[in-house]
Amino acid sequence: MRSATKKVILIFLLTAVALVISLPKTIPLKFKLGNINVDKVLTRPDLVIKGGKFDIEKKFDLVLGLDLAGGSHLIFEADLTNIPQEKRVTAVDGVRDVIEKRVNLFGVSEPNVQTSTYGGKERVIVELPGVKDTQEAVNIIGKTAQLTFAEIVTEDEIQKLSPTSLTGADLKSADVTFDSTSGKPSVSIEFNSEGATKFEELTGKNIDKPLVIILDGQEVSAPVVKEKITGGKAEISGNFTLEEAKNLSIQLNAGALPIPVKLVEQRTVGATLGAESVTKSIRAGIVGLAMVLLFMLLSYGKLGLVADAALVIFGILTLALYKLIPVTLTLPGIAGFLLSVGMAVDSNILIFERFKEERDKHAFADALEISFGRAWDSIRDANIATLVTAFILANPFDWSFLHTSGPVRGFAITLALGIGISLFTGVVVSRNLLRVFVRQNVATKK
Amino acid sequence: MRYRLVYFAISFIAIACGVYGLIAWGLKVGVDFTGGSIIEYRFKNSVSTEDLTKTIESGNISVASVQTTSEGNYLFRFPPITEADKTKITTTLQEKYPDGFEELRFENVGPSIGPELVKKTITALLVSTVLILLWVAYQFKSIKFGASAVLAMLHDSVVLLGAFAIFGHFFGAEIDFLFVTAMLTILSFSVHDTIVVYDRIRESQRKVGGDLTALANKALTETMVRSLNNSFTIIFMLVALALLGGSTIKWFAVALLVGTISGTYSSPFVAVPVLVTWDQIEKRFKK
Repeated sequence: MRSATKKVILIFLLTAVALVISLPKTIPLKFKLGNINVDKVLTRPDLVIKGGKFDIEKKFDLVLGLDLAGGSHLIFEADLTNIPQEKRVTAVDGVRDVIEKRVNLFGVSEPNVQTSTYGGKERVIVELPGVKDTQEAVNIIGKTAQLTFAEIVTEDEIQKLSPTSLTGADLKSADVTFDSTSGKPSVSIEFNSEGATKFEELTGKNIDKPLVIILDGQEVSAPVVKEKITGGKAEISGNFTLEEAKNLSIQLNAGALPIPVKLVEQRTVGATLGAESVTKSIRAGIVGLAMVLLFMLLSYGKLGLVADAALVIFGILTLALYKLIPVTLTLPGIAGFLLSVGMAVDSNILIFERFKEERDKHAFADALEISFGRAWDSIRDANIATLVTAFILANPFDWSFLHTSGPVRGFAITLALGIGISLFTGVVVSRNLLRVFVRQNVATKK
Repeated sequence: MRYRLVYFAISFIAIACGVYGLIAWGLKVGVDFTGGSIIEYRFKNSVSTEDLTKTIESGNISVASVQTTSEGNYLFRFPPITEADKTKITTTLQEKYPDGFEELRFENVGPSIGPELVKKTITALLVSTVLILLWVAYQFKSIKFGASAVLAMLHDSVVLLGAFAIFGHFFGAEIDFLFVTAMLTILSFSVHDTIVVYDRIRESQRKVGGDLTALANKALTETMVRSLNNSFTIIFMLVALALLGGSTIKWFAVALLVGTISGTYSSPFVAVPVLVTWDQIEKRFKK
C-alpha cells in the first residue's frame, strides 16, 4: 500500500473519532422503514478511564461562555486607600478568596473568580454562569460584611458605643433560623472557642444592658443581655426578610472582606438572548459554509470537491478540539470560528491557482506536487502573521498592558486554533486526498 | 504599475470620505468607552418607545436613548446607574406592564474602564504593528517590504474607522469592545494578503531576478485571482454572519467585512505600489 493511501486511511480514522466527539451527546433517531418503526436515542458514552492515580473523565460537552449560556460578568475594584503598598497584594488575594467562598456558598456552578491589576488598580473579576438574580449576587459579593459587637459604656453620663474585640473573625458558623415566638427569620451564629470565651466575658459584663451588633457600620440589632451566655451560641434577630437572613449567613460564613470593594462593571446576558445567539450563529454558519462549499466546487471542479472534503474535515476536527481542550465558546468565539472557515480554504485556493499555472509545464501529478511545495512558503508566512495578531489578542501570559477580556480572548483562541487546524487540513489532508483519488483517476484514464 | 496614481487616488478618496465622516460626525462611542448602562428588554406586546421612556423617567432616571433592535426588543441607554436605580426601573416597568416583559441583557460600565480600554487598544495596535513589521522585514530581508505592508495595514485601519464614522452617523453603529477586536484582526488580514503577493515577488526575484517594478507587475497578475477568491469565501461567511447572526454581533461582522474588502484592495493596490515607488525613489537617490 502506498504511503499516501495509508495517510488517507489515518485521516479518515481521525475524522471518525473526531466526529463521534463533536456530535451532540444524544441523537434521537425517529423514522419509519416499511413496517418497522425506529424510535431510539443514540447516546455517546462518556470516556471514563480509571487506573490507579489517574482518573480520566471526559464528558465531551461544549463549554459555552456567559454570553451564550447566560450569566453575569462582574468586576469589582478594591478600595486600597487605607492599605500600605506592601500589603496590597495579600489584601486583594484575601478579597478574592472571600468572594470565591461567598460565590460557592451562594450555589453557582462553575464560577470563575480572578484578580487583575492595571495601572495601580486592583480588581476582582467574577463570572457567574446561569445566575438569574444578579442583583442578589452583587449584594452578597460586594458587601464587606464586617461584623462587630459593641457594648454601651457610660462616660460622664453620656452613653457611648464602644466596639469590642469580638468580631466576625471569631465565628465558627452562621445559619438561618426562625424565631420561635415571632416566626421571623434570624441568623444564628456559633463562635469558635476563642470567640466563645470573649462572648462569655462580654455577656457577663453587660447583664441587663444591650449588646449592639454592628454590620458594616450599621446597627443591626441590640438585644438586651439577660444572663451570662456560655457555650458560644447567639442569635442576630434584626428585621430581616428571609433573603436578607440567607445572604447574611452566607457572608458571615465566608468571612468579611479585608477591604471594601466597589462594582465598576457589570454585564449580564439572559439565557433567552444567549440561546437565540447560538441558534442564529449556527444558521449563519450553515448558510456561509454552504456558500463556500458551492463556491469552491464551481471554481475548481473536482479539485474543489477535495477542498470541500478537507473543509468538512476541518470543521469536524475543530469542533472536537473545542470539546477536548476545552475551549469556552463565546459569541465572538463563534465569529472567530466562522472566519477561520472562510480562511481555511485559502491554502487550497493558493495551491489550486498555482496548479493552474504549473499544469501547462508539467504532468498532472507532478504539477500538483510542485504547487503544494511552492505555495507552502506563502501559506506559512501569511499564517504566521495572523497568528501574531491572534497571540496579542489572546494575551496568553496575562500581560497587564494588553486586553485581558473574555470575549476578545475567546475570539482570538478560536481564530488561532482555526488557523492551526486549517494548515493541517488545507495542506496535509487535501494533499493526500488528491494523491490518492486524483492520481488514481488519472492512472485509469491512461 | 501604470495605473499607480489611479490606485492612490481611489485610496485617497476612500480615506478622505472617512476622515470627513470622522471630523464632521465623529465616532459613535459605546458604553464600553464612555461608561454607562444599557438594558435590553423584550416586551410581549408592542409598546411605544415614548411611553417606555416616560415610564422609566417617571422614577427620576434619565434615559439617554431608546432603540428598537428587533420586533418587541428595546435597547435603553443610560448614564451609569446604581443598583438601586436598576431595581427602580424594573419595578416601575413591572407595575406599568404586568402582562410581561423580559430583561435580555444588562451592562453597566464604570467611567474608569473606557480610558483603560483605549490605552490597551493602542498598546495592542503598536505591538502588533511592530511585530508584523519585523516579521515581514525579516522574511523578505528588506525593511521596504515591511514598511509598505504596515502602511497598507494602517490604510485599512483608517478606512475602517472612517467607515464606522459614516455607519455611526447614518445607522447608529457603535464603537465598542468588539470593534476593537475587529480592528486588530483586520491588521492580520491585510498583511496576510500582502505576504502572498510579496512571496511571489520573492520567488521571481530568486528565479529570474530583474527590476522590482516588472516583478511586482507579474506577481500581481499571478495572485489576483487567488486574492479575490479567498476574499470571496471570507466575505460569504461574514455576510451570512452580518445578516443572520443577530444584533449583538452584526456590527462586528460588518467591521470585519469592511476590513476584509479594504484589506483585499490594499495589498495589490497600496502595499505593492508603495513598495515599487519606494524602490524607484531609492534608486534615483543612489544614482
